[in-house]
Amino acid sequence: MRSCKKVRRSREATVLFLFSLFLCTGCFRNEDRIVTLAGSTAFQPFAEELAKQYMEIYPETIVSVQAGGSMVGIQAVEEGIADIGMVDLSVIPEEDERLLNAVAVAQDGIALIVHPTNPVHSLTLEEVKALFSGKATHWSQVGGRNIAVHIISREGGSGTRKSFDTLVLGESPLSRDAFFQDSNGTIREAVASNPHAIGYLSVGTLSPEVKALSLSGIFPSNENVLSHLYPLAHPIFFLTRKDPPLSLHTQKFLSFVLSPEGQGIIAKKGLIPILPVEKGRK
Amino acid sequence: MLLLGVIVMKGSREWQERIAVLLLGSTCCIALGVMFFILFFILFKGIPSLSFAFLTGAIEDMGRSGGIFPSIAGTAFITVLAILFATPLGVGSAIYLTEYTRTGPMARAIRFGVECLAGVPSILFGLFGFVFFVLFLKLKWSILSGSLTLALMMLPTIIRTSEEAIRTVPVSYRDVSASLGAGKWQTVVRAVLPSALPGIMTGVILSVGRCVGETAAVIFTAGSSILFPKSIFTSTRTLSVHFYLLAREGLSIENAYGTAAVLIIAILLINLAAYGLLYRFVSRRRL
Amino acid sequence: MKERYIGRILLLIAFSALCALLLISIFVVKEGMAALFSTGFFSFLFGREWNPDARIFGILPFILGSLWATVGALVIGVPVGVGCAIFLAEFVPSRAVLFLKPAIELLAAIPSVVFGFIGVVVLTPVMRSFFGGSGASLLTASCVLGVMILPTIISISLDAFRAVPPSFKEGSIALGATRWQTVRMVLLPAAKPGIAAGVILGMGRAIGETMAVIMVAGNAIKVPLSILAPARTLTTNIALEMGYAAGPHRQALFACGIVLFLFVMVLNVVANAFIRSHRNEG
Repeated sequence: MRSCKKVRRSREATVLFLFSLFLCTGCFRNEDRIVTLAGSTAFQPFAEELAKQYMEIYPETIVSVQAGGSMVGIQAVEEGIADIGMVDLSVIPEEDERLLNAVAVAQDGIALIVHPTNPVHSLTLEEVKALFSGKATHWSQVGGRNIAVHIISREGGSGTRKSFDTLVLGESPLSRDAFFQDSNGTIREAVASNPHAIGYLSVGTLSPEVKALSLSGIFPSNENVLSHLYPLAHPIFFLTRKDPPLSLHTQKFLSFVLSPEGQGIIAKKGLIPILPVEKGRK
Repeated sequence: MLLLGVIVMKGSREWQERIAVLLLGSTCCIALGVMFFILFFILFKGIPSLSFAFLTGAIEDMGRSGGIFPSIAGTAFITVLAILFATPLGVGSAIYLTEYTRTGPMARAIRFGVECLAGVPSILFGLFGFVFFVLFLKLKWSILSGSLTLALMMLPTIIRTSEEAIRTVPVSYRDVSASLGAGKWQTVVRAVLPSALPGIMTGVILSVGRCVGETAAVIFTAGSSILFPKSIFTSTRTLSVHFYLLAREGLSIENAYGTAAVLIIAILLINLAAYGLLYRFVSRRRL
Repeated sequence: MKERYIGRILLLIAFSALCALLLISIFVVKEGMAALFSTGFFSFLFGREWNPDARIFGILPFILGSLWATVGALVIGVPVGVGCAIFLAEFVPSRAVLFLKPAIELLAAIPSVVFGFIGVVVLTPVMRSFFGGSGASLLTASCVLGVMILPTIISISLDAFRAVPPSFKEGSIALGATRWQTVRMVLLPAAKPGIAAGVILGMGRAIGETMAVIMVAGNAIKVPLSILAPARTLTTNIALEMGYAAGPHRQALFACGIVLFLFVMVLNVVANAFIRSHRNEG
């Protein structure tokens, strides 16, 4: 009996000790030094890289990146649980514009992707619209093999989805037979494993596992997106609350992202910086 | 198939017996085969990735390279904190329910609540945790939000298993203690609890195992930050969340397997600890 | 003196636990009821369209998805699981079972995301080659869920068989029955309540599963017309949209949660009644 109690006591003691140790580290609840970004899965890899480089320069700051989709970003900033919302919408909704400041930090494009074995190389905007609204159900109708088309879209919280709906579908609704994925990465995976599939994602998240289609012959390269030759192009915004004013750490991180160094990091990882060599912001 | 059916229906008893054994044996082999295949498949593919660098390195490039130490730490912190919240609350309530008032409105209300919430899917706890802890209490995506949510999830189970464990302590223990002049609390601490302890601890340890494997409730409350968690107010990515994200986004199959292997090994060790504890105390009591 | 204080402290603890449990219920009900009233009970439960942007909330597709997936899981899990348990209980030497039973119980603790991953890597390609399509469907989800609930059903059924008094079996053998006849006519009826308990537990786990189902079920929002169709369940719908839902949309998700909770409650009540009635018979 006594050894039971001894074991229990020493176990309790160690647990209590560990807990208090850990709590002490959190006691310095200097919330200010935590900068939280949330939102676009398209920009997430770049945000992580920017965060990593920033924390090497300023080690006392913690820059934490959450994903979830652009709408999560907007929600999180409005509710006050994130400092910066990453959003890849072509246009910020009006009701959010009142509460939030928007700063463009990069330029992005929406690429249409298919399985690498798909013989189709290029589609027109009308053909893409027909495919995604369900009017064209087989690849043979747009110049491919006679197999069914599986449309893979993003769910409603995605900025990429909203931009796609605006720029491509317009008034036509998305086909009710669509499959849904919840991030750029998962759409890429879904298309890479399915020869019937067509999906869309940000040009920054393209990879060799999927084939990007040209639109009317124009390939979604960085140059074409930057020059707007490729029609599906839109900026990536950082949203912040107008009030309360930003913490010092958030401001410093923002200016880092917009600095030549930050923009260079974005370019190096494969997205298009908003600030080219000459100054100029939209 | 039809032939077998016919034989089963009309055939002689010996044939029926043989067919039955055959069918049952094959279902058993299929069942065990599939389950153990999954286990060994993950371990086989994942253990090669388990190097020291992997276990102690930081998460790099969204998980494509680097290690998983922040996840291991985050999982440990969230679980310990959740247990620290849930256990006193749960065991204390159980003691109150069994020793101080067996019937009565409070006891009935708690038991009803426990029955209701014990089977609730974890995503609902995630939804509640997100809206209440993260948004309403402004705790944001943090270890604190995650552990509070997990604590709520484990509370019904801990109350239930602790209550059962305390109930199985023979009445004679309490009677002897009372006859020696001990007060109620003294009886509880010195006579009842030590006997009930293995049962209580088993319940707690099994809940720990459930916490470690939990994804839905944690991803929405603790977030998915790849950084090493330096305080309980920062977000973190537990092992199961990291595995889920790696797997879904196809970022790195090797690292996904490695993370899964660590996860499974951790859970197996936790459950083995529970069984070992139970076995040791039970056999000791028999002596 | 100390006794009274301790008594009061414990009362406080119990009361806090009760408050915590009540808090969840009240919160969920309050938020969800608002949605149920504004959409109307019947149009919510039986509405075929879920379109948050247009404020249309009908969850019939998800109810059907949950039902199909769970029933499918049971169709796969129960015969195989109970059959396996019978074999282990009656036809396998007990020394082997001594090792196997704890091993099976450990398998029940494997996280569901692992099962989901195996489903994606192993099962989806198989489904694609057999049935065409993308491989992600309710059938795939049912298979994954079925395997997931196997350990639970097997271990609880095994306990139920072992709990049957040996005299039942001995009596049957003495009357000249074969082992299989004994199983069929004596063991199974006697163990029914226990098996039912295991099945209920498995069913609860299947209906509440989220992450594994997201990975393999396709996440479509249309009413699933067959088990080969992609679909969402009540759980996956909540998970997919929770991060960015606001206002009426979020309330609708809570209402989804209420429906899910009611399903689980009804299942438990029905099952417990079934078990109790059969226990009286035995």
